[in-house]
Amino acid sequence: MAAAVIEEPPSSSSIPKDEHEFPLPAVLTYPSSTPPTLVTQGAEARLYQTTYLLPSIPSALKYRPPKPWRHPVLDARLTRHRILAEARILVKCRREGVPVPAVYAADESAGWLMMEWIGGVPARVGINEWLRRRKETEEAQGNEGDATPVTGDKEEDKDLVALMRRIGSAVGRMHKVGIVHGDLTTSNMMLRPWEEGKGPSNGHTVAHDPLLDGDIVIIDFGLASQSSSDEDRAVDLYVLERAFASTHPRAEGLFSAVLESGYREAFKQASVVLKKLEEVRMRGRKRSMIG
Amino acid sequence: MASPTKVLETIQLEHVPSTHTVHIGVFKDVENSEFLHQQLLSRNAEFEYAFIDASSVTSRFQVLAAIYKAITIQLSGAMKTPNIHSEIVCSLSPNNNISEAYRRFGITPSSKHLIIAKVLITPQTTLTPSALNEHLLAHVKGMPVPFTDEALQAEQLTDWAKVRKYYKLNNVGWLDGVKDETEKRREMEVLVLGGMALRGL
Ligand SMILES: Nc1ncnc2c1ncn2[C@@H]1O[C@H](COP(=O)(O)OP(=O)(O)O)[C@@H](O)[C@H]1O
Ligand SMILES: [Mg+2]
Repeated sequence: MAAAVIEEPPSSSSIPKDEHEFPLPAVLTYPSSTPPTLVTQGAEARLYQTTYLLPSIPSALKYRPPKPWRHPVLDARLTRHRILAEARILVKCRREGVPVPAVYAADESAGWLMMEWIGGVPARVGINEWLRRRKETEEAQGNEGDATPVTGDKEEDKDLVALMRRIGSAVGRMHKVGIVHGDLTTSNMMLRPWEEGKGPSNGHTVAHDPLLDGDIVIIDFGLASQSSSDEDRAVDLYVLERAFASTHPRAEGLFSAVLESGYREAFKQASVVLKKLEEVRMRGRKRSMIG
Repeated sequence: MASPTKVLETIQLEHVPSTHTVHIGVFKDVENSEFLHQQLLSRNAEFEYAFIDASSVTSRFQVLAAIYKAITIQLSGAMKTPNIHSEIVCSLSPNNNISEAYRRFGITPSSKHLIIAKVLITPQTTLTPSALNEHLLAHVKGMPVPFTDEALQAEQLTDWAKVRKYYKLNNVGWLDGVKDETEKRREMEVLVLGGMALRGL
């Protein structure tokens, strides 16, 4: 049965498009103009790209299947609770102008949440591709690419600096309205391409690589909660910082500085949080020395 | 005889069984809302439609979302109102108060513009889209308007103050700072959808 495979999900790239390994959730079993595509399969949820109402409206369906290893009553309650919490937080964020997907529909008992499809790639993908190309360029110029950290001082780092600032700003806006994310990583932020002519004029006169262009849209509020605690906010930033260091080690130093400046611009109380962040970092270092 | 004006658009929604088809028409400057409302009150089966007051509607998207929700509720056997059409009207509401939903989103004797929707379910129904078309042409005294966002805007059918009140958008201050009118409308539209999706949750 499908039950056993859930604990060890296949990597999403190995999922054949026309052959789902799992039965579709009931909500997706009725006819649609294009078949739903499984985008990712996490430990807790599956994400499908599909349509909503009309063939022209793409949507993302987050589905939390029943977990056979959990007590069924407890499982149903947990699923309902999580779908509801995520839907409520997304709606709150959107009302307050925080860039997140719009909620289209939800059925907490059936375990699904239908939301706006955000085009583009996760920020992680854009940043890694950018770092890879930069390293190639350096190597072509005869430098040892791996050794040089990306500090942001060079003209060619401008795009990355600007993106970090946008990330900091999006996180600042989210914290400002009393939401902490709980799982901030560059995988949980989409880089949505600007609409034609909508991007900020960034002073580029020559041919410009659009790889890092786009608005940051924060996704995956499965572990988010309402909180105005500076400690919680600092932990959010710390998680992002650690995740960033492990997925994009070459740009680690640049990250903190720029993220902080975007964060400060968007959120008046930033100083208190950033001071707390220092403490959280210290605790983290101590813990890693002991463990 | 010339073929009758087509006042209904037929839509097959995504992720809905092919037994369910949706038929929608928009009428402006309706003169006999009182009569139509009376047919609903007296439960005249011939007038079983979702009669929606167009002034509470921002977009095509919003109406289709309510219809989709009503269909899923009907399929799951969890309807809280007499039929799928009253369920559509209630699905427009951001809360679970049924009589308030009828008052705010449904037809009233003084409604000026109407969006009228019908879900035909085979094989139960013997009605055809052309029969519906003729029935509405014969009984709704108003000007047919296409069911598009452009027409809703051009005819200024939406009462934005009302929409903002019903969906609690008045305290969303940053919206007023959005200069681009299209963008502002799009944003209000999705906030309305969010309110509907969270109904009672
Ligand atoms: N609204 C959306 N639009 C487009 N892609 C999305 C959307 N939501 C999620 N995704 C994609 O699906 C992936 C998994 O979704 P996410 O909400 O992060 O679930 P999980 O809890 O499994 O991490 C994301 O990394 C992203 O690539
Ligand atoms: Mg995720």
